[in-house]
Amino acid sequence: MRQTRIARNIWLGIENLLLHKLRSFLTMLGVVFGVGSVVAMLSVGEGASKEALEQIRKLGSNNIIISSMKSAEEEATSTTRSRMSMYGLTYEDHRRVAQSFEDIQRTAPVKLMRRDSRLYEKVMELRVVGTTPEWFELVPRQVLAGRILLKSDQEKQAPVAVLTEFGARKILATESTIGQTICIGSDNFEVIGIVKSESGQAGNIQIPDQDVDAYVPIEVARRYFGDIFTKRTSSGEERERVELHQMIIQVDDPKKVEAIAGGIERMLEKFHKKKDYVVSVPLALLKQAEAMKRRFNIVLGSIAGISLLVGGIGIMNIMLASVTERTREIGIRRAIGAKRRQIVFQFLIETVVLSTIGGIIGLGVGALIPFLITYFSGMVTMMTLKGILLPLLISMSIGILFGLYPAVHAAKVDPIVALRHE
Amino acid sequence: MAKQAPSNNKEIVKLVNARKIYQMGTEQVNALAGVNITFKKGSFWAIMGPSGSGKSTMMNILGCLDRLSSGSYFLDGRDVSRLDDDSLSEFRLRYLGFIFQSFNLIPQLTVQRNIELPLYYLGWDARQSAARAKELAEQVGLGDRVGHRPTELSGGQMQRVAIARALANDPQVIFADEPTGNLDSATGEQILELLIKLNKLGKTIIIVTHEPAIAEHTHSRLHMLDGLIDRIEGSSQ
Repeated sequence: MRQTRIARNIWLGIENLLLHKLRSFLTMLGVVFGVGSVVAMLSVGEGASKEALEQIRKLGSNNIIISSMKSAEEEATSTTRSRMSMYGLTYEDHRRVAQSFEDIQRTAPVKLMRRDSRLYEKVMELRVVGTTPEWFELVPRQVLAGRILLKSDQEKQAPVAVLTEFGARKILATESTIGQTICIGSDNFEVIGIVKSESGQAGNIQIPDQDVDAYVPIEVARRYFGDIFTKRTSSGEERERVELHQMIIQVDDPKKVEAIAGGIERMLEKFHKKKDYVVSVPLALLKQAEAMKRRFNIVLGSIAGISLLVGGIGIMNIMLASVTERTREIGIRRAIGAKRRQIVFQFLIETVVLSTIGGIIGLGVGALIPFLITYFSGMVTMMTLKGILLPLLISMSIGILFGLYPAVHAAKVDPIVALRHE
Repeated sequence: MAKQAPSNNKEIVKLVNARKIYQMGTEQVNALAGVNITFKKGSFWAIMGPSGSGKSTMMNILGCLDRLSSGSYFLDGRDVSRLDDDSLSEFRLRYLGFIFQSFNLIPQLTVQRNIELPLYYLGWDARQSAARAKELAEQVGLGDRVGHRPTELSGGQMQRVAIARALANDPQVIFADEPTGNLDSATGEQILELLIKLNKLGKTIIIVTHEPAIAEHTHSRLHMLDGLIDRIEGSSQ
């Protein structure tokens, strides 16, 4: 009974709004655009943060990544003269870090270099990654063919290489290539496996297998290619000596990640005269990204909030005019026996119906915007249940908030005066 | 309150020393200056008097649209002069029906919806009230007009709709404020006949009018002057 009564009230409200179709439509436009912008904002924000979080998560929330980087002073002095610059992490650093912290589960040293490689007749530049079998546990990926590096390869210092899918495709390697010889630089390696590529970049951390990679045991890389690299720059040749380009460290408990990162940083400070390394913690980046997302939502939310406020004021304005216009109707209803709160309810329902319909239309408009954004710019957008329910809830609340004053105003009408009102 | 008092109480409306004072700027106006009157159940009254005599105030008080400054008003044996707004609304809803000079139909609602209005506030369900509205429309001779809007009707038809609406809640007393004032004399006559018929069916009817021709049809006439009863004509039943 109660339910049908509310349904009837809502229906009466809709009927009343239909009497002035254009006016009702124009009145709800403010809410339409307000809700539309909230929906669009939420889905764009949600999509952007999802993409960022995904990339950071790929790096592993338990991981600490330390990268070698030429220190600022070195950078300033070395460019003019041709001399050898020495910087970065050392094999000794890796050993020390791996032994000093008991919460560290595993570590992987990484040595990076670029070398022209040849498979059959095809030649191209590969990024050679010298590392240990642990690397494949730290950054797990699907094995498409063959196998990954093993402890035994390391012990035997076997000249073997694992290729990434992209790299393999470019150099025309297939499943049948497993067991064949690839010439990296001037040395022959046996191709033992192909793994799936992972692409992407997050913050300042480069995921080691960006595109065209060949993984080889680190000892082999050191023995064959050495620690000295020659880079060609605009001012001539530049030689640098870097032992390790990266160290990936996995901690057993995400809660300890930041403390251990701090410990490692302090330890490295003792052994390095210059700051020629960067410690990055994906977990910290994750937190940062989440905080960023919150800030992003607050800023966009307040902009959308302003348009909703304007929409609400528009509704209030029209409802006040409508109350004045319908003074006589209110008087008649009161004379017949309607109580004040029934009049309040009647006008409130009308406003809520108006703003909710506006909200639903706005939802449609707002869903269309991210769709177009994705279609034209390729940006990831995402509609969540929250992104649908929240704007609807907001539009209803706007109806109540801005409808209350006109409704109370209507109920204050004196029936005697109202009945004489022309 | 929902239950109507047993109606062997023959005094349906009773004013005791009723006063209504308005503040007009610095001046006090005694719209009602101590009125004592009793209307019996089933009676047919006309309240008459020049403008400013207090007949409109009388109507508003009796119609539970306004409250006395002092004195008492007994409606069907209950003192309603100290009730709050909600309770007065409830009394209007259950005991009273109104007919106005300017019909006061809600223009955006159909005839049927207008007649249903009191039933809506009484909480009737849609099907029952639709049936009742149709029945009442037929009773006032507008059975074929229930789907029309008031603007599509003539003045006489509009007043019939208003009468049907006033009857919807099966009221004890029907107040008619110049019910024929906006109608030509022939149509006015028909409306008046309808009211007479309702009185014969047992409804207490109180008409406010300044037209003696109308008042002639009632059983009793109450003449107001300066907020007081000037004289009473006809049977006081």
